[in-house]
Amino acid sequence: MSAAAPQEHQQPAPLLRRVLLQGKYEALTMLRNGEQLILAVVLPLLALVGLTVTPFLDGMGSSRVNVAVPGILALCAMSTAFTGQGIATGFDRRYGVLRFLSTTPLGRGGLIAGKVLSVLAVLCLQVVVVGLVALALGWQPTAAGWLPGLGLLALGAAAFTSLGLLVAGTVRPEATLAITNLLWILLGAMGGIVIPAERLPAAAQAVIHFLPSGALGESMRAAFLGGAVNGGAALILLLWTVIAGAAAIRWFKWN
Amino acid sequence: MVRSPKSPVLSINGLIKDVGPLSNLDGKMLRVVSGVSLIAERGEVTALLGANGAGKTTTLECAQGLQKRSGGSISLLGQDPAAAGSGLRARVGVMLQDGGLPPSARPLPLLRHIAGLYADPWPLEDLVGRLGIDTFSRTSVRRLSGGQKQRLALAAALIGRPEVLFLDEPSAGLDPQSRQLVFDLIAELRDGGMGIILTTHLMDDAQRLADYVYIIDGGRNVAEGTVQELLQRSPVADPGAEHVRTLVFEAPAGLDVAAVLPAGVDVSEARAGSYTVTGTLTPRHLAALAQWWEAKGIMPASMSLQARSLEDVFLDISGKDIR
Repeated sequence: MSAAAPQEHQQPAPLLRRVLLQGKYEALTMLRNGEQLILAVVLPLLALVGLTVTPFLDGMGSSRVNVAVPGILALCAMSTAFTGQGIATGFDRRYGVLRFLSTTPLGRGGLIAGKVLSVLAVLCLQVVVVGLVALALGWQPTAAGWLPGLGLLALGAAAFTSLGLLVAGTVRPEATLAITNLLWILLGAMGGIVIPAERLPAAAQAVIHFLPSGALGESMRAAFLGGAVNGGAALILLLWTVIAGAAAIRWFKWN
Repeated sequence: MVRSPKSPVLSINGLIKDVGPLSNLDGKMLRVVSGVSLIAERGEVTALLGANGAGKTTTLECAQGLQKRSGGSISLLGQDPAAAGSGLRARVGVMLQDGGLPPSARPLPLLRHIAGLYADPWPLEDLVGRLGIDTFSRTSVRRLSGGQKQRLALAAALIGRPEVLFLDEPSAGLDPQSRQLVFDLIAELRDGGMGIILTTHLMDDAQRLADYVYIIDGGRNVAEGTVQELLQRSPVADPGAEHVRTLVFEAPAGLDVAAVLPAGVDVSEARAGSYTVTGTLTPRHLAALAQWWEAKGIMPASMSLQARSLEDVFLDISGKDIR
């Protein structure tokens, strides 16, 4: 057999294998990128330490670190799913990577599934790193909080992935870079994600409850501080996921 | 000239592609492809030849399923690419004009990743060796030369050992050595039975590689045939001409060259003092010119006689205006 001869009726690798390979490839690419690592790990850890040594969160729970950690985990989801994923996808679009991969057996569906998988993989690593540092700082999570907490974190990641893909698929990559970084700072500081809405100006509070950042921050705190599921906030996250996902499917430009 | 299909890998019939008002500058619907038809055979290189903006890439992208067509029909390995699943994509290799390679990727891990998407890929070491990628397998894509990027993009298109290979401007940015390497591999793949469809605006590429050529202009087919058939097309009213030549010479400006020559050839003075005579030139034409020069005491500063190239044919058909 000469390798230069075509393989009659070449078969694709099985779907699961294709998606897992793409997820692994994208996750490793993200972890090898210095700026992405700063955004995904370093800045959330700095925020965690900052909130445990300052009095911003005093009086909201049993300890500063207990109140801070759920918000920091929510911030991690926004870093990876929205800003990191959005920027990477925007530049992949610019360089024709999305178009090339969609001509391979991976296809468009496999590409999106791989991206979602890579976001979840990086998010797991973030939870481990932030969790270990938080434990060292005296974090005492409610045992009943883990199940709803991680479920809501995944839902939040889905909402932010949809939003990130919507931005990346509709504007130039430089604009994606600017928009996702700016929103990360604005929503991180003022969006109810690490600092609860109650500690922010009263005028902003009504809006914050309906933002994906506010809904994710609130529901994470409800889970890890009281073991409760905030149904209203979860519904808001679900709506953001569905609406942004539908908009991304409708308007995403592959080239 | 209509081609009767033998074992086509791709047939396109009356392809139409309109681009919506959001995608072009003047905000109107624009028809970029208006009725292209072509057939590409297994074991042949089929070239789409045309100027920039002629509609070549759009035609290819509709055939690859990357763009939705507005009308006409396309059959790629017997299936409609617009509705294709991973089964069809596994049998088709695509090299895009802009490469489609992530700048931060390194060639070997990238190719290994893409190979994993196929059940029975081309052995990586063999492919990497053949295209000379082993010499830069760990250098990130952004640091590669144009020719290295092209070879990597070709490897990415070939790793699934496809039955059909699409190449959009495959020789762009290639140095002479890379070009020879790539052209030899394309010829070998063709001989192995692959159906290869390429676009180019370089006539020389088509002349060296193509078994069959479609000339596309303004989103339409304007001519087709084997390279030999196209070369035999005469620019003057003598369709049977088989030995068209071009004579170029430099002499004082403003001479009435046409008046001296037997009828049936085309004379132009492209710039002052540079004359081009095209047509079925015979020794009689050359003798008439030489006698005239002797009588007038003209010694041309330079002269050359050439067979017509595909470029001449192309310019005859699509006009010489810059677009």
